[in-house]
Amino acid sequence: MSTDARAGAPSGAPVRPDAEPPRAARPAREHAHLGLGRLYARRFARNRLAVAGAVILALLVLFAALGGHLTRYAYTDADFTALTAPPSGVHWFGTNQGGNDVYACAVHGLQRSLTIAVSVSVLTVVLAAVIGSGAAYFGGRVERATLAVIHFLLVVPSFLILALVSHRLAGDWRVLIIVLTVFGWMSTARVIWAVSTSLRERDYVKAAEFMGVGPLRVILRHLIPNLGSLLIVNLTLGVVATVLSETALSFLGFGVQTPDVSLGTMLADGATTLTSAPWLFAFPAGLLVLLTVSMTLIGDGLRDALDPTSATGSAGGRR
Amino acid sequence: MTLATPLLDPAPGKDGRPVLSVRDLHITFPSEAGPVQAVRGVGFDLLPGRTLCVVGESGSGKSATALGVMGLLPPSAEVRGQVLLDGQDLVGLDDRALSKIRGKSIGMVFQDPLSALTPIYSVGRLLADALRVHQDLTRRAAWEQAVQLLDLVGIPDPRGRATAFPHEFSGGMRQRVVIALAIANRPAVLVADEPTTALDVTVQAQILDVLRLAQQETGAGLVLITHDLGVVAGHADDVAVMYAGRFVEHAGVTELFRRPTMPYTARLLAAVPTVDGGVRRPLVPIGGEPPALVDLPAGCPFAPRCAVALDACRTAEPESHEVTGHGHVACLRAAEIADGSLDPKGDTPPAGPPAPADRTATATATGEVVLRVEDLVKTFPVTKGAVLKRRIGTLRAVGGVGFALRAGETLALVGESGSGKTTTLMEILRLARPEGGRVEICGTDVAALDSPAAVRRLRRDVQIVMQDPLGALDPRMPVSHSLAEPLRAIGRDRASIRARVRELLALVGLDDTIGDRFPAALSGGQRQRVGIARALATEPRLLALDEPLSALDVSVQAGVINLLTRLKRELGLAYLVVAHDLAVVRYVSDRIAVMYLGHIVETGDTEAIFADPRHPYTRALLSAIPIPDPGRERTRERVVLTGEPPNAARPPRGCVFVDRCPLYREAGEELRRRCRTEPPAQTPVAGDSGHRYACHGV
Repeated sequence: MSTDARAGAPSGAPVRPDAEPPRAARPAREHAHLGLGRLYARRFARNRLAVAGAVILALLVLFAALGGHLTRYAYTDADFTALTAPPSGVHWFGTNQGGNDVYACAVHGLQRSLTIAVSVSVLTVVLAAVIGSGAAYFGGRVERATLAVIHFLLVVPSFLILALVSHRLAGDWRVLIIVLTVFGWMSTARVIWAVSTSLRERDYVKAAEFMGVGPLRVILRHLIPNLGSLLIVNLTLGVVATVLSETALSFLGFGVQTPDVSLGTMLADGATTLTSAPWLFAFPAGLLVLLTVSMTLIGDGLRDALDPTSATGSAGGRR
Repeated sequence: MTLATPLLDPAPGKDGRPVLSVRDLHITFPSEAGPVQAVRGVGFDLLPGRTLCVVGESGSGKSATALGVMGLLPPSAEVRGQVLLDGQDLVGLDDRALSKIRGKSIGMVFQDPLSALTPIYSVGRLLADALRVHQDLTRRAAWEQAVQLLDLVGIPDPRGRATAFPHEFSGGMRQRVVIALAIANRPAVLVADEPTTALDVTVQAQILDVLRLAQQETGAGLVLITHDLGVVAGHADDVAVMYAGRFVEHAGVTELFRRPTMPYTARLLAAVPTVDGGVRRPLVPIGGEPPALVDLPAGCPFAPRCAVALDACRTAEPESHEVTGHGHVACLRAAEIADGSLDPKGDTPPAGPPAPADRTATATATGEVVLRVEDLVKTFPVTKGAVLKRRIGTLRAVGGVGFALRAGETLALVGESGSGKTTTLMEILRLARPEGGRVEICGTDVAALDSPAAVRRLRRDVQIVMQDPLGALDPRMPVSHSLAEPLRAIGRDRASIRARVRELLALVGLDDTIGDRFPAALSGGQRQRVGIARALATEPRLLALDEPLSALDVSVQAGVINLLTRLKRELGLAYLVVAHDLAVVRYVSDRIAVMYLGHIVETGDTEAIFADPRHPYTRALLSAIPIPDPGRERTRERVVLTGEPPNAARPPRGCVFVDRCPLYREAGEELRRRCRTEPPAQTPVAGDSGHRYACHGV
């Protein structure tokens, strides 16, 4: 023969008398198949920025939840001995024109903003997932009608309507949650619809149909769980978007109304005295930046961790 | 009948230095679970004009070896060893230096011809560019050479087709273009990675011949990577069998097939279904699974699946050593096997009962008719325009198909892609009024089903096993939930579902613990078993199997075939199998219906079709399948079909096969006229009323 084999050259397989021989194969196999949750956690943890984002978010949540216990002032208390006072040992972040403690306001405002943002984001994603994947699954007339509604709502200047509606129902932050949800689900639903149209063609969806599984079950059990990563990423980025639009609304005077406080109303108040009393603006602005940056970092990290083809999350290119 | 010349003898081994030498090649990929040692110490020499076939199952490292030779591995891969091309070591060269060599000294033929061609350039431009990168040619001279190359690889009207774009070519023609690209600069080495896997079997034969011609034309050494032992038997000079990243056996092709000396090779050969010969031998699956290449245990990686393993096999991995008169084998017991004193297949009994014994009993059984299809028609509109879709034609995917299927019987619909076999299956499973004709399941006409409840009742009797077992299982659901789903759909209560799931797992030979795992954590064979178990959950009477074996490796294929045979016998099921692989079909089916362009051209008992094929298309299909035996594969007469199936939107008026028919080309004027104008009727074969064919010429 003409080709010369040198398969398994000496260095290929050194004899390892110390390795336990027969049972070694099994643990190796199990090791190769990590649980999905642990796999994602590991990929997420590999992204340093994402971990930093998670730490910042955790600190912010702690601050919003427990920060109020560290001061003797409530956000409604007015200290008439210190109006527009700069930060000091008594008022850590200073006070505003009404003598309210800015630290206490910031804690409460952050709490309010976070609550609104998280609930709006969750509600939006749930609504969008059901409508988007439903439209994709049923197809035909249902799909066309749903898309028409989505496209109509998308071209209408929703921020304007939002401003009007929230002004009329003013004040209550719960109303704000509903209004923000009703006018915020469309673009997410559009994306989810687009992804679901490809999921609809998957073999396991067809298999479920051939088994006689009902449409609602197919959507809830097969389509939505497989949109998981998209939904989670939309959830985190939705928090950022909601905080910003709530802040913007409140800044314009349409959102949370006095005496309630959110980061947005604080920013609106502080902006007028930016040169004379900068601390009124600086502290809520700083908190807002921290919140949005941490959420963005977490969102990016999750996207990379959940996407098996992403290079950042994997051990070095190929898995 | 056109008979191709018998395959040429292997190219004479020219004396000379090897064009490619690989020495102790190691390739490691990083992964979540730790480094994957995809290739562990591979080495070979390739002489000019010779063909080295590398065979192995998926995950054995054969593609990684090819990419390593070409320097096309992702940057994260770690490569050690030497790849010597004309004395120059390619390992460690940077991309720019490698680019000078790739395409000029090494040509590569990829598996998927569509993604290997840039869609925005004409094929002439692609070829001319490939030539001008490495040679100093004028635009015009390069174009002329490109046309010559297209002519060489058998593209009709090469000058006209050079201006066409890749998407205007069919799969086989595209692969010819890829081969032309690979040999454009007359490389010394050609690497072909599964060049025919994406193609139909009649086209595969054409492409392999083109590859051989291209090799002779350039005198290049060819490294042909494949999983098909039949292709190996027909085309290799030397064979290397890969397992767990190593060459476990490396020998000349005749020696290897005469006496496989590594137990893995022997078992692999025993597990391959074949189409030739009078008697079907039972397939013997290799138990177990190939090892994961992460943290390989000490010892021979095949030892856990080996029937003749010794204790020593489990402690140290055997070196590859020369066996006199054979080649190189990495097995401690190679000498005993080579001199015939040890049977490498061991004395393990086959996992399932041998298939042939019971077939006569069931085939002739007069079970009730479970499925009756008459004159089924399915068309698709061909539209043009993006906004206002105009209907410019009709594609007749299925044109009047009819058959009946009894309980305990298996009918296989066989044909190439585009023959309408899967469309037929889907039309039956839709359980709705067909466009034309009748579908009757268990005595119920599906057109008469008036309520969704009635459809759901009938769904219990008809279930499907899909082609891709991974795609058919929801990746986010553990196996037990997937199995419970059809039961929940018919409203069973929790306790009985749990009991039934356990029963189903046992029925398909799976362990109870599998129920908690996710599909991604299962092997290919286990996944397909889960797919079958799910289909059986509602105790159906008719099981539709859409290419149930094509996604599986040879060594596990046999196990699934045996499982299907056993289930049919135990449960009295009727199978409707759709497949393109006649060799596999032979082992699972009682009757075969051969489809071409939406029509059944021949139908009959499996053995009758194999023993006495009447229709020229059936004959061509049978002879296109490579036989894993070099002696017979290289000497038998073959019917080679030219061209590819025509567009179903414009089917011929008479016989659908007329464009490619070898009989038509030799027929007289009168017969030709009939073939062109008159659709042939189904004619029974004398003495066998079940065997019918539709041809004017036989």
